[in-house]
Amino acid sequence: MLTRFLGTVLSLLPAVSAFAMQPPAPQNEFIPIDKLPPADQLPSAPLLVAAYAFVWIAVMFYLWTIWRRLNKVEAEMRTLEQRSAAGRR
Amino acid sequence: MKRAFGPLSFLAAVMFAYAPIMIARAPYESTMGLVQKIFYFHVPSWFAMFTAVFVCGIQSAIFLFKRRPSADRLAFAAGEIAVLFGFMGLVTGPLWGRKSWGVWWQWDARLTMALLVQMTFIGYLIVRKYGGPGSDKLAAAMAIFGMFNVPFVYMSVNIWRTIHPPTTVIPKLPAEMGGPFWFCVAAFMLLCVLLLTLRAQLEHRRAALDALYLEQE
Repeated sequence: MLTRFLGTVLSLLPAVSAFAMQPPAPQNEFIPIDKLPPADQLPSAPLLVAAYAFVWIAVMFYLWTIWRRLNKVEAEMRTLEQRSAAGRR
Repeated sequence: MKRAFGPLSFLAAVMFAYAPIMIARAPYESTMGLVQKIFYFHVPSWFAMFTAVFVCGIQSAIFLFKRRPSADRLAFAAGEIAVLFGFMGLVTGPLWGRKSWGVWWQWDARLTMALLVQMTFIGYLIVRKYGGPGSDKLAAAMAIFGMFNVPFVYMSVNIWRTIHPPTTVIPKLPAEMGGPFWFCVAAFMLLCVLLLTLRAQLEHRRAALDALYLEQE
């Protein structure tokens, strides 16, 4: 019984491996990219532009914040210096 | 540095203006195509982030062990620059991954560890801003902890199985891709140094303002 079972399994093995090595099913129709569902249409250009734009905007925004903070500190220093000069007089 | 700041800023602006031209001329990668060109800004932004992290960590150690306030000011400036470049990496990465991996984010070793380092430095800035008296020492310890995470982030792609490309990609870049890449790295490093100088200047002026207030009391 066991021998017959093993014989069947062993004879089926090449068939299984042959089935597993089958090439993928051929593409039987060409679908234009704009006919794909929206989730599958993903052009690269907007992603690339978004990445570069983010870097540029982040740098510009950060430079603006530093400039604003520096101006605030300088203005405060000027006020303090004027006050101390007035106090000395 | 004060005298060189203007010409170096001009050079950085020229490099950033020319970088897209070099990137556009670089060949398309065979499997990812156009979207792979995000690489030319994505990787240099991490290089700049790691540089800022090392500056922050080393200056924090100097502040902790030698009690030098100027080191603390430079560390604070570098912490902010690290977060800025970290955000660039964390935004450009998912934009690239969405097209090439099909997902915006993957909780794998590299991405998760990079996010952890970024969160450590956001935490560092929050502690510095809202921690109250004595928070500078706690923040310095956080910066040192964050700095020691960086080698693990870098090596994570080689140690663990992840979908992120390994570090071996960069040394193997062909010349026509390597040229624009190293040009962008130079531009980002220059930008990092310039921003760090400018931000440190703000911290020095703040310290001078505090001294003025103390003088008046």
